[in-house]
Amino acid sequence: MATTAKLQVENNNPVVAIQGLLRGLLENESIGGVLVPVHHFGKSMPMPTLVTDPDQLSGADPLAPAFPMNSAKLLSRLTRGQTGERIAAVLRPCEIRAFVELVKLNQGSLDDVVIVGVDCMGAYKNTDYRTFLAGRDPFEATLAFHGDHGGTDKPDAGGVELSAACKSCEHPSPANADLIVGLAGADLRDALPVLADSARGEALLNALGLPAMGENGRAKTLEALVKVRTEHRDAMIEATRAVTGTLTDLSEYLSACVNCYNCRVACPVCYCKECVFNTDVFEHKPWQYMGWAKRKGSLKMPTDTIFYHLTRMAHMSMACVGCGQCSNACPNDIPVMELFRTVAARTQESFGYVPGRSLDEPPPLSVFKEDEFQETVSHMA
Amino acid sequence: MSSEFEPTILAFVCNWCTYTAADLAGTSRMVQQPNLRLVRVMCTGMVDPKYIVKSLLSGADGVLVSGCHPGDCHYINGNYKARRRVKLLNEILPQFGIERERVKLTWVGASEGNEFAATVNGFINEIRELGPMEARSMAVV
Repeated sequence: MATTAKLQVENNNPVVAIQGLLRGLLENESIGGVLVPVHHFGKSMPMPTLVTDPDQLSGADPLAPAFPMNSAKLLSRLTRGQTGERIAAVLRPCEIRAFVELVKLNQGSLDDVVIVGVDCMGAYKNTDYRTFLAGRDPFEATLAFHGDHGGTDKPDAGGVELSAACKSCEHPSPANADLIVGLAGADLRDALPVLADSARGEALLNALGLPAMGENGRAKTLEALVKVRTEHRDAMIEATRAVTGTLTDLSEYLSACVNCYNCRVACPVCYCKECVFNTDVFEHKPWQYMGWAKRKGSLKMPTDTIFYHLTRMAHMSMACVGCGQCSNACPNDIPVMELFRTVAARTQESFGYVPGRSLDEPPPLSVFKEDEFQETVSHMA
Repeated sequence: MSSEFEPTILAFVCNWCTYTAADLAGTSRMVQQPNLRLVRVMCTGMVDPKYIVKSLLSGADGVLVSGCHPGDCHYINGNYKARRRVKLLNEILPQFGIERERVKLTWVGASEGNEFAATVNGFINEIRELGPMEARSMAVV
């Protein structure tokens, strides 16, 4: 394993080079379609698109610093059940990790999908991406974002900052992919290394007939990137803890929440088919509201905001991959990603669980051992 | 103030073991403080974390989850699942100032009426000592 092929870059344009790679995959008889972000209408947000015609890959921009949604959920739709054809999916590392979590819950399958991971340099919030584009051609903007050398965070490119989730993401390199485009450390005007990370990927890469490529400093670049981001993450967690240490603080932190549940909709690992907060459990009667209000003299409406967020933490924090789509989706700019990652850091550590790391690790709340967590149980007599 | 504070405790007890023990404690006329509200569930394995969270946000000062001893579960392993869920809440709730002591998990078998009374009385005393839940005085929850 661990073949590294050389993807030649022409005209200083790595995006076109990756389009060429995808075209090569699509022309391979075993791949029927490619899921990849595509600029429709020649501008604006690149949306995940299932491309089956190689000619339509000209709009594909997998390097755009835009992240409209976590594609893990879309891939789940494409792989639940059979199409009879294999597809390739170009995903960010956090999308792969979220998809692995969904596969563990039988909400997707890796059987008929080839995962193409790209080293992730981060993305802007949806609203910031528009500011970043500033009317430019999106492909030009993508190239300007990455510059000549892959792998250095450019948080201030275009006058807007990368999303907080990306700045504090310690997983810039894809895990559990079949093929990896090694953006980090690459000279983007010259060539990109394509690494095979599974037997399946190896076979596909060999079929493409690309020349071999040597070490180009990717590991070192990634290491430096992880260091910066980990520091950022730790500072973020500390800052969040400092302002959410009591229930009153938490309530204030979430005070702009309008119970729209967008964070739940955007969350790739909020896995329930029907959320309890959408059921008539919460169809309270007018006299109930009056009763609750009278008990304390007032009642904030809509009710159950803290309840909703605490429940979500209990349900998804173990699987939180830190993609930040919750914050991206929040209409009131509540830093929910920071909150959920802070909680997840502790819950995941306590169960020794890293979401998306391995298909062989079952979700902690789906299994148990007979002899564990004795300190959780009290003994009176 | 804490001398006047009377805690409200909600207990999720399993039908097969702890509820039966509660019944036994009652019929045996064991002295129990009246601060407890019992919710009978078929198994502690069905106690979703959100039930506990909702209780604490809606006026309970402490929540007891009590089921069969390991190996005795009527549904074979529900109590082990409950243990993981309570463990999870033990990690989440203290981050927001909700003391770990407010959520208690115990195993009380059907014949252990005295154990049930002791557990309940002990827990009520602990929470009386700890003071009221912050959510009681919050208009915004």
